[in-house]
Amino acid sequence: MRKQEFLNALREGLKGLPEKDIEERLTFYGEMIDDRIEEGLSEDEAVARMGTVGEVVSQIVAETPLTKIVREKIRPKRKVRAWEIVLLVLGFPLWFPLSLTAIVLVLVFYIVLWTLVICLWAIEAALWAGALACAVGAIGLFITKQPVPAFGTVGAALILTGLSIFLFFACKAATVGTAKLAKKIIRGIKNLFVGREKTK
Amino acid sequence: MDIQLKRGLLDVCVLAAIKNEDSYGYRIIKDLRPYVVLSESTLYTILKRLEAASMLTVRTAEHEGRLRKYYHITAAGLRRIEDFRNEWKEVISIYQFVTKEEGHA
Repeated sequence: MRKQEFLNALREGLKGLPEKDIEERLTFYGEMIDDRIEEGLSEDEAVARMGTVGEVVSQIVAETPLTKIVREKIRPKRKVRAWEIVLLVLGFPLWFPLSLTAIVLVLVFYIVLWTLVICLWAIEAALWAGALACAVGAIGLFITKQPVPAFGTVGAALILTGLSIFLFFACKAATVGTAKLAKKIIRGIKNLFVGREKTK
Repeated sequence: MDIQLKRGLLDVCVLAAIKNEDSYGYRIIKDLRPYVVLSESTLYTILKRLEAASMLTVRTAEHEGRLRKYYHITAAGLRRIEDFRNEWKEVISIYQFVTKEEGHA
């Protein structure tokens, strides 16, 4: 790939980021390619060292905060016309609740996701508390010389401990999995705004 | 490596690469290559962060008929390197503590 082709594809892929940021990135990559050519690499080789356009784009998008991307998206690209403002004001009862609903939906989804994880941890805590209570109860029963229910309670304590150990690993896996999923969702939202996923 | 720790280390690496004389993007990558491999986009992010923190300044100069950006370390940048040297003593003592604990197990 030639330098100009690479830079054009990069510009296309970064569409949606602030124009100033895109320009700076392109200058930076252009300089990097030129310096490699000066060192003796061919233009194609120098471009290849940058990685594929897709890789570079996803790395840049991952580094750019979501707020910056959204702010750029909602900033008008040209002067807003008078009738557009009128329409915007008149349409307020329609677009405001709709966009609010969309934001709240995403937020609710996020909360529900973490609520599930918190529920699991709550069960885990309950099992531990149960195991502890059984152990204390068993000691009480031994002291009051009631061996049969005492042994039963010891058994219950052991079962609860076992279950809680099992569940602990499930909780840990669920937490890690949810964190990964949340990260993916944020990346997905970013990709909605920035360029198009480029095929190499 | 822990992402926060690595970020701090890379910042100091880049500062060290421009400590003695002003340098440019590709040369920084080349100078650091024996120690740490930096991708272009990682370097870009680090340079931006250091510039925002006033640890370096950027100037554009002509080179072979094209423009090239040169990075110059500031007093704050030099101080960051100095801080790093002091912090590192602490890290080494923590490392010694951690490996000592492992020895007991």
